[in-house]
Amino acid sequence: MSTVEAPAKSRAQIKERTLRKDNWRLYPLTTFVIFTAWVVYATVRAFWGSAFYVPEYHYLTPFYSPCLNDICGNVVGQTGQEGSAAEFGTFLPESTRGWIPFAAISLPFLLLFRLTCYYYRKAYYRSFWASPSACAVREPHGKYTGERRFPLIGQNLHRYFWVAAVLISLINTYDAIRAFHGKDGGFGIGLGTLVLVANVVLLWLYTLSCHSCRHIVGGRLKNFSKHPFRYRMWGWVSAINQRHGMYALITLGSLVVADAYVALVAGGAFSDPRIFN
Amino acid sequence: MSYEAKFKVWRGDDGDGELTDYTVEVNEGEVVLDIIHRLQATQAPDLAVRWNCKAGKCGSCSAEVNGMPRLLCMTRMSTFEPDETVTVTPVRTFPVIRDLVTDVSYNYQKAREIPSFDPGDAKPGELRMQQVDVERSQEFRKCIECFLCQNVCHVIRDHDENKEEYAGPRFLMRIGELEMHPADQADRRNIAQDDHGLGFCNITKCCTEVCPEHIKITDNALIPMKERVVGRKYDPVVWLGSKLGIVKKGQDTPSA
Repeated sequence: MSTVEAPAKSRAQIKERTLRKDNWRLYPLTTFVIFTAWVVYATVRAFWGSAFYVPEYHYLTPFYSPCLNDICGNVVGQTGQEGSAAEFGTFLPESTRGWIPFAAISLPFLLLFRLTCYYYRKAYYRSFWASPSACAVREPHGKYTGERRFPLIGQNLHRYFWVAAVLISLINTYDAIRAFHGKDGGFGIGLGTLVLVANVVLLWLYTLSCHSCRHIVGGRLKNFSKHPFRYRMWGWVSAINQRHGMYALITLGSLVVADAYVALVAGGAFSDPRIFN
Repeated sequence: MSYEAKFKVWRGDDGDGELTDYTVEVNEGEVVLDIIHRLQATQAPDLAVRWNCKAGKCGSCSAEVNGMPRLLCMTRMSTFEPDETVTVTPVRTFPVIRDLVTDVSYNYQKAREIPSFDPGDAKPGELRMQQVDVERSQEFRKCIECFLCQNVCHVIRDHDENKEEYAGPRFLMRIGELEMHPADQADRRNIAQDDHGLGFCNITKCCTEVCPEHIKITDNALIPMKERVVGRKYDPVVWLGSKLGIVKKGQDTPSA
């Protein structure tokens, strides 16, 4: 049987980069602004080296957890009360303040976790690299090789940064539990406690909704019926995974809110409204 | 209620062509394909358009409406303002045969290159599967092969030279479907990366955005496939485990 071959043809020559009429620039532009602002804020705060702990209520900002500088061992609060944020020891001498973040162990992993995250990849490929800026919008690059070569092949290590993020989330959880601390030394709740707890809950939602987590808990299986518990866990993770991008963005905000709150209270800008003790 | 709408339709063949202006009647409840048909009937009898079911199930009438890849039969005219000019062009990634009709044979070539279902030693009638095991693959079977995902994917849309090495989201999803199939015995992770170009995908999710069947191509097929490939090719712990004999190696599938 003979078939008629389609004659050699070329694509429609349309000179416009895109014929889209909707506001497709909004997403890459807002993402660019939000991410840039966040990175600037986080960098400044990570190297700031003060206003990170409220000894009266045990409030420690997530940007300084675990706090590993010698300075963390003796923090003086606004009321003159002394306290220690160094729950996991200190190995950074005081002289490193200003050029090594106090949370030197956790911050690089958290950065790499978010940098290799499937949601963030989409967001920064679109907004920072214009690859592409939006769907059906011609990208400006002459060549494209994807995630097959160094350094982008390193995106494949996401699952290890996820493990690190789980461990750090456990530390953040411990910090939030410590924040249930009252003026008289016993149990207490303040607005700061609620801020830190809300931040930790959101961090867990972001961490557990990760695509690598979804793969590890059950996605890698071929037969769900043989692993009913893992199938159930996969179902839970899949449910929150649908909003992974939303949690990624919300936690950017919640981290800034938690950090700024602790910084303002620690710096004496206002006192923490207490709910109990 | 009917009104006269302004249309710009790309006319031409072999790549050469231009946007041609038309003013055409639009009635309540119509879709863009209805308007194209009215154009054919009243003003441009030689206008070429591929269509079949008019129900969003055959995947024939793929085109770009106001720059976005869409099915002509599923794009309602009510989504546009009456004074808005609606632009209709052929899909950009594939060569034009004439007007809105493109040559999508690239996709059939890629489909042929994927090794088919491998049931191992099971004989016909012997396979038994439970619903929970096939649900993931069933989502991908909703695909109507309109190739809008292939069209929008910037890997080949903006870089024609990648067509040789890259199968595109539709066929990487097909590999994912087989890789997740409970009865398929083959290990397709190496060929997904090495022969069909999964590493090109930078998960910008445009394929998911344009899918008329609302298949979560990126989240449910491409990312799970990327994770499986990591386990096979890039995970140092798995590599060490396989060297020590703790992790069993799957049998790789030779590419077609």
